Amino acid sequence: MAKLTIDGIEVEVPNGSTVIQAAEAAGIEIPRFCYHERLSVAGNCRMCLVEIEKMPPKPVASCGQPVADGMVVHTDSEMVRKGRRGVMEFLLINHPLDCPICDQGGECDLQDEAVAYGRDTSRYEDDKRSVAQPDWGPLVRTTMTRCIHCTRCVRFTTEVAGVAEIGGTFRGESTKISTYVEKALSSELSGNIIDLCPVGALTSKPYAFTARPWELRKTDSIDVLDALGSNIRIDARGAEVLRILPRINDDVNEEWLGDKSRFSVDGLKRRRLDRPWIRENGKLRAASWEEAFAAIAGKVKATAPQKLGALAGDLADVESMLALKEFFAAMGSKNIDCRVDGASFDASKRAFYLFNTTIAGIEDADALLIIGSNPRHEAPVLNARIRKHWLDGGFKIGVVGRAQNLTYEFDHVGDGPQALQALLDGTHPFADVLKAAARPMIILGAGALARPDGAAIHAAAWQLAARFNMLSTDWHGFNLLHHAAARVGALDLGFLPGEGAMDAKAMLSGGAEVLWLLGADAQAVRNIPAHSFVVYQGHHGDAGAARADVILPGAAYTEKDGTYVNTEGRVQQAYIAVKPPGDAREDWRILRAISAYLGHALPYDTLAQLRDHLRAQYPVFAEAFRRFAGTDATGPAGAAALGSGAFAPLLANYYQTDVISRSSPTMAACVATHYPVAEAAE
Amino acid sequence: MLSDSDRIYQNLYGQQDWKLAGARARGDWDNTAAILAKGRDALIEEMKTSGMRGRGGAGFPTGMKWSFMPKQSDGRPSYVVINADESEPGTCKDRDIIRNEPHKLIEGTLIASFAMGANKAFIYIRGEYYNEAQRLQFAIDEAYNAGLIGKNAAGSGWDFDLILQRGAGAYICGEESAMLESLEGKKGMPRMKPPFPAAMGLYGCPTTVNNVETIAGVPTIMRRGAGWFAGLGRPKNAGTKIFCISGHVNNPCNVEEELGIPLKELIEKHAGGVRGGWDNLQAIIPGGASSPVLNKAMCDTQIMDFDSLAASKSMMGSGAIIVMDKSVDVVKAIWRLSKFFKHESCGQCTPCREGTGWMMRQMDRIVQNKASLADIHLLEQVTTQVAGHTICAFGEAASWPIQGMMRAFRPEVEARATDYQPPVQAQAAE
Repeated sequence: MAKLTIDGIEVEVPNGSTVIQAAEAAGIEIPRFCYHERLSVAGNCRMCLVEIEKMPPKPVASCGQPVADGMVVHTDSEMVRKGRRGVMEFLLINHPLDCPICDQGGECDLQDEAVAYGRDTSRYEDDKRSVAQPDWGPLVRTTMTRCIHCTRCVRFTTEVAGVAEIGGTFRGESTKISTYVEKALSSELSGNIIDLCPVGALTSKPYAFTARPWELRKTDSIDVLDALGSNIRIDARGAEVLRILPRINDDVNEEWLGDKSRFSVDGLKRRRLDRPWIRENGKLRAASWEEAFAAIAGKVKATAPQKLGALAGDLADVESMLALKEFFAAMGSKNIDCRVDGASFDASKRAFYLFNTTIAGIEDADALLIIGSNPRHEAPVLNARIRKHWLDGGFKIGVVGRAQNLTYEFDHVGDGPQALQALLDGTHPFADVLKAAARPMIILGAGALARPDGAAIHAAAWQLAARFNMLSTDWHGFNLLHHAAARVGALDLGFLPGEGAMDAKAMLSGGAEVLWLLGADAQAVRNIPAHSFVVYQGHHGDAGAARADVILPGAAYTEKDGTYVNTEGRVQQAYIAVKPPGDAREDWRILRAISAYLGHALPYDTLAQLRDHLRAQYPVFAEAFRRFAGTDATGPAGAAALGSGAFAPLLANYYQTDVISRSSPTMAACVATHYPVAEAAE
Repeated sequence: MLSDSDRIYQNLYGQQDWKLAGARARGDWDNTAAILAKGRDALIEEMKTSGMRGRGGAGFPTGMKWSFMPKQSDGRPSYVVINADESEPGTCKDRDIIRNEPHKLIEGTLIASFAMGANKAFIYIRGEYYNEAQRLQFAIDEAYNAGLIGKNAAGSGWDFDLILQRGAGAYICGEESAMLESLEGKKGMPRMKPPFPAAMGLYGCPTTVNNVETIAGVPTIMRRGAGWFAGLGRPKNAGTKIFCISGHVNNPCNVEEELGIPLKELIEKHAGGVRGGWDNLQAIIPGGASSPVLNKAMCDTQIMDFDSLAASKSMMGSGAIIVMDKSVDVVKAIWRLSKFFKHESCGQCTPCREGTGWMMRQMDRIVQNKASLADIHLLEQVTTQVAGHTICAFGEAASWPIQGMMRAFRPEVEARATDYQPPVQAQAAE
């Protein structure tokens, strides 16, 4: 620890910290453009200048200056102010005065600091520099004339995203931040450079000229487009969600957000179900809630309880799934399932289906085996965490499945489940890597469990974990990486078929005469036989609604207070940002209403009562998040033999994976940009 | 005046054989193993005693620089990098060393690398020095073939590899950390300091960067003793230095002289005097493009060494003396330097990227007689906003010529502005 004095305030910070970090610890804000705590130090903007006593009499960039014991720092001396004013003047001479038409206006670092350090008029009489606007794809809008060359975007893409696509070309005044050959950014995290850009050089293309930050209502929420549960902020104006930004949560998403999660917002306004529909003579017609309930009641009352079935989709919140489960239990049906992807595996213990190491825990691991997963697509932010730890060095990675560019190097252990057997037998050299590691971990992709031999793969992966020292009192290296945000919550609720009841496959193939789909939109629902009566409760007109006999309009994740459990078992609360459109209602309310209509009224009238009930019934939702120890090595049941087929990717493409992103024109543009061949093939 | 026998570079003018045989005849490679046998600490001590200051421009004591290198490796190798990216306008001393005395440089590199515990050294030579690079590579190959470098270099038991790398023509790559970036294959942009190269340099390993002239002098110092070198020149400014005299002199030349020689004597003895006589002198840039210009009154009494030039608010720099007689428009000459620095700014940090262009444009205006007194004042302020606020010393290098001009030729600068009336700008209807 080093003790130093900053503006008369004594602080103690760890050795190796920089002065800017020490100032932050002392509660002193130092202006900065290029410095960012999650990126390498560039020191090029020169805005964070401070004066340090007993150093050469010139200002020092505090972002790169290591602290020393007894250092005396002044952050607001005459020398410092003069230095910063000079830098600000330089930044502004070639920065266009286009704040009125710039999307960054109101949340622009340069604007803010110009108030503090700028001059009232410009002394620069020459023409300002102008720079061409390259096209970086459908997400990031460039106005490079505004660029102040802080290189945050360069460092982010190179270091965090792992695609070295942006750099500075040319030099001096002619320096351009560019991709050199104009191209769309290929990273799934490219939207983050919009947040990082301290000026309006990089702004959101879909959001361009839409709103000013001070017009927006900001709501804290949780992302549901992958299973990571990234913490987000929903910015809305009136009834419209305009944009989604990441919030900082070091344990989950740090401060990054995947492009799909960020840019799918326009999907929330399209193809929405805003009123109930009933299918009559093969055609859907708009109906009232009363008519829809009557139609359902007529059918349900005429059906034996064991022929009623319910499926919970990938985006459902815990509250509505609880209501659905209890509604069906009240009607006497145990035919419920959440695994619409057809996976069947032993979920009897929580450790079997969680990301037990935790996301932040990846940074404690020293070896990683990825099985049947492409984390770059299934959870790009988690993938960035793997890359971050890989960059630290000493983190060996092996992949079983398709070898793809994951932004880090790995040993390709094999394509299919045989590789797991080879590792168990110790015949593959990567087994030695796992054996030598002190804290190895496995990431098993949810896609691997949707195979016919899913349960066997599940068991084999657990065996690997047990064999290679991944289960101990202070370490749990078995991880299941889900892609559906609802899945872990559903499994925690036991949203699974009861004793002798039908599972998802059976229900979808005609076993259920009345099938209730709570946002279940897997492609399999298209093939539900005609004799099943399908109730679709959801928010988008997609596969489920197309097959439905009755449609009940529900709320998307931005439109309801909901609880979600992420892949590591973290229970998180999302808040309502806007009201559901038209006649649509929050899903648990719909279920509460229909349960009363059918005479099985659920025992809660408010969300608070529902949540009390939830916590009482399922204590896991009341517990604080903690990392599990791997003391119990008893593995999941999986007697069947391993198959031989290679692991197929879970996602055909990253951008369109669920009803919201499939409805989003922005995501469609991304697919057109990044998967041109696939599109041509269709 | 330096006696011929005290000259380190006996073949500075290339009149003798530059190859290994010729170099050996001049005493190079004579029992190098015995020098290395003195041991690392003794060599560093010898350098400290010699009082050698870095010949690249900053004048940092070489022995002290060497002593910053780790005595014990923490697992990382140490490197020595020789800065042969001689790009300072007016400077061509390293060029003649490489052309005519390449073996002095190679032997010096071996000794320096041994003293700093480096088994590998790099020579980063400026891209435009193509012929010089060819010649140096020839000399390196000669040394390898003769067993003077490579495994068990010169029979000393020390393994030493020397790699020649050509630059691509950027001035900024002469800055040591930008040079390391460039060597690593990245864009030549200076690094933040700390960490200093001695702690974290090339590929993150301890590295020392020395100028060609500094290192080429090492073997002679080791053979003739630190006392001999320290006895030349003035206190704290010991030894000899190659001056590159160019411009309006009768006999432009490179010459090795003692530090502390009066500027007038240097020019009159070796360069045949100023064109048209000393009284026709107008200005001298004493140490390469980035050193502040001196007017004639300053030149009359100027002594050429690090501390005396610093006292005159100029600097020794690379020792490139650019002489301008009265036919020269000094303001325009400085404008040309501003244009150079604007062109060579790497663009990494704000003050230099934006400031060099602004300074050049202000100089444009002054040269074209389109500047007002306020413009001159503004230019002066801009130079102070650049200097001292940048990552590397380029900010100073670009500002000092203008600041020097303002100090030495203020009346001439202001004379160009007094008559100027800015055009009345049409006022928009309010």
